[in-house]
Amino acid sequence: MPDTMLASPAEEFPPTEYHVRVGGRGAAVEITHFNLWYGTKQALFDNTLSIQAGLVTALIGPSGCGKSTLLRSLNRMNDLIDGLRISGTIKVQGEDIYAPGADVIAIRKRMGMVFQKPNPFPMSIFENVAYPLRVDGVRDKAVLQETVERSLRGAALWDEVKDRLGDNALGLSGGQQQRLCIARAIAGSPEVLLMDEPCSALDPIATAKIEELIDELRGQFTIVIVTHNMQQAARVSDNTAFMYLGRLVEYGDTDTIFTKPKSPRTQDYITGRFG
Amino acid sequence: MAMDAIPSETASPGRDRTALLRGGTRPSPRLLERKTRLIDLKAEGQPNLWLLGGALSIAIVMILSLVLLVLWNGLATFWPKPIAVVTLTDGSLVAGEPSRTATFRVGQEVLATLPPETQAEIAANGGYANRTLYRTGNFDLYGDDFRWVADFQTRAKEFPRDMVLFERQEWGVFVGRLASFVRDGRTVTVTDPWADEVRQAHRIARDRFLQIRTIQRVEIGEVNHYLESERLRLRKAALRYPEGSRELEAARARFVEREAFYQRRFEELSARAQALMREHEAETVTLVEIGGRERVQPLGTIVRFYPANDVNFLQKLGIYGSRWLEFLTDEPREANTEGGILPALFGTVALTLLLVVFVTPFGVITAIYLREYAKQGKLVSAVRVSVNNLAGVPSIVYGVFGVGFFAYTVGGSIDALFYPEKLPSPTFGTGGLLWAALTLALLTVPVVIVASEEALAAVPRSMREGSLACGASKWQTIRYIVLPRALPGIMTGVILAMARGAGEVAPLMLVGVVKLAPELPIDGFFPFIHLERSFMHLGFHIFDVGFQSRNSEAGKPMVYTTTLLLIFLILVMNLTAITIRNRLKRKFAGSQF
Repeated sequence: MPDTMLASPAEEFPPTEYHVRVGGRGAAVEITHFNLWYGTKQALFDNTLSIQAGLVTALIGPSGCGKSTLLRSLNRMNDLIDGLRISGTIKVQGEDIYAPGADVIAIRKRMGMVFQKPNPFPMSIFENVAYPLRVDGVRDKAVLQETVERSLRGAALWDEVKDRLGDNALGLSGGQQQRLCIARAIAGSPEVLLMDEPCSALDPIATAKIEELIDELRGQFTIVIVTHNMQQAARVSDNTAFMYLGRLVEYGDTDTIFTKPKSPRTQDYITGRFG
Repeated sequence: MAMDAIPSETASPGRDRTALLRGGTRPSPRLLERKTRLIDLKAEGQPNLWLLGGALSIAIVMILSLVLLVLWNGLATFWPKPIAVVTLTDGSLVAGEPSRTATFRVGQEVLATLPPETQAEIAANGGYANRTLYRTGNFDLYGDDFRWVADFQTRAKEFPRDMVLFERQEWGVFVGRLASFVRDGRTVTVTDPWADEVRQAHRIARDRFLQIRTIQRVEIGEVNHYLESERLRLRKAALRYPEGSRELEAARARFVEREAFYQRRFEELSARAQALMREHEAETVTLVEIGGRERVQPLGTIVRFYPANDVNFLQKLGIYGSRWLEFLTDEPREANTEGGILPALFGTVALTLLLVVFVTPFGVITAIYLREYAKQGKLVSAVRVSVNNLAGVPSIVYGVFGVGFFAYTVGGSIDALFYPEKLPSPTFGTGGLLWAALTLALLTVPVVIVASEEALAAVPRSMREGSLACGASKWQTIRYIVLPRALPGIMTGVILAMARGAGEVAPLMLVGVVKLAPELPIDGFFPFIHLERSFMHLGFHIFDVGFQSRNSEAGKPMVYTTTLLLIFLILVMNLTAITIRNRLKRKFAGSQF
């Protein structure tokens, strides 16, 4: 990373240089002038973007640019960190999730999340997928069974595991575990699906399957995916946001970003000149 | 075998090693060759290997020797030994089981009385001579159970076939001959101690003795228990209602009626016991010690007898088995140096289980708060350091705390509130099983807290995040995800606490362990579990028998067997816990990827 880029961030990066209005069925998540500090260190600077409902939005950028932080702000997973401070608003379907008195648990139920490393719970496949319902207090066997099957089918895992739903989930392969985590994320019928580099720990074949799955889920859920892999962003996303040093540099539909980027920094990054 | 396919010329040592690590069954020729060469540890970068390996070996050797010592002595104690009859130089006889030999320095005054050739012999040995310790028994006649006999005092030593070892209900063993016994008023002379006649008479007499004991202990004990509870009922009524009130009069009337009923029952029982007792005392046995002195006592007070020099292997095995059975299932006799240890065994197990019941929730809840909820800072660090330091407080201090706080303060208040009719004799206001278990729980809780905290901290962050992202609350995450994952680690802490608690003696002496408590904490009287009762404990039993009894030599075998049993008990409890833990571990095993 060239040192000159760090010289005076405020001057070099006015908030969101190139913000294109993107089409869609309207905003699912509206991020407005969002700043975030870890203690005294500011990690996000004045981010403003609207994530379109039913589409796949990719967040790209070099390591440490704040894309994961932004993603984890959307379901308030960052709350677990001590000394966290924010300003600005994030609205999900018009409701400010950082408003005082907002119900964090309800918010998280509306946002399914898939993590970088597959993290199935040490229980059976069935119980893993049923977990979001269990914590909601659902006891009805039929409802549970129906939801588990629907979610596993939705995650393209049903045919592989239908005969061994009682087996320990830790016995699945890495790719299957990640699809199980996706099934778990969609079992709670969320509005938005957050994916934090879901393929970074997987082999190419498992990655291809997950990408296929994302394509199938398009339209059913609003998907936000953080990725390091630019080909992946180009393949699966409708819209792409490029972030750098905590700032949103460019946001627009994926074709435009990858073929005619407006910012020279975006150009440099996607052509592999840095990052 | 894939490994054999690697040509040894091309294989580097590194590859050989990885081949072994992968689970190869046979090392390649090259590796074998390396093994035989002398290795310069310094060149390998491990100059301290000798130190580390040496320390481990020393530790293992020490532990093994201790275990072997306890095992050998513990197992050998109950094996029947022969009885030697030694003729001394002065013509007198000594009979007993040879128990051990030792060298000793002969005193000047003793030396002066010896014949010159013996003196010369001792002088040639540098003033030392050998001596043997005989277990002579017959404490009632000799005033001692053991006698040292020096080799130079011995003129002859033989093992006569008619020497019999009697184990008695009181006064310890008797070594001598069986002369005669009384049956139905006529005296029967005994020639063979194995004869059916004497065996049968003994069995009948013994059964009668046990019957008397049952009547006295169990049946009369029951009557006494009910009589006592009626008395307490009246006392309670007297405390609650004023003098002259209708309730108090009713209670008095009830008491008079019940007391008469139980009094009659008591008289019936004691009449039966006395009748049996007369029969018991009439059927005597005459024992003759080696010097010719006689001892007459009821046949029923002989627990077991056998001609020690005339037993075959199977009979020895039978005696060995019956001694172990008595040891494990009976009450102690003879100031704990003989008989069984059932109450101590029971007390130890009950105490340890109760300790686990108290310490686990207490420790785990504390650890959950410290690790999951408390804001990590100076205060929490201070608490953590204090908890760790608690583990280093001398255990007797916990005993003092236990008796002061639990027994006198808490127990005293309970007595004042719920058992005023029994005062001034305390119910909960003195040492007991409950207070002992709580004291030990306090003593071992740091172990559980530290282990649980480690286990909770080791649960991957990704698990918690996964659960929280599903919309689970913090408590649900802890309950369903974190705790199950941490359970094997928590179990480790509980196992350590259990091992420490079961072996602890010092604090127990203050909070409820007693020398003799034949009443078990569980019996047939409501509420069946009596946690306020004082109890016996194997650890204290070892201390008591080995160091507090009238004759520590007589108690020594008991110390070894009790130690063996205590170690075995802890081993069994630990193995059980470890099995459970491993099963849990296997449940959560399996790679993340």
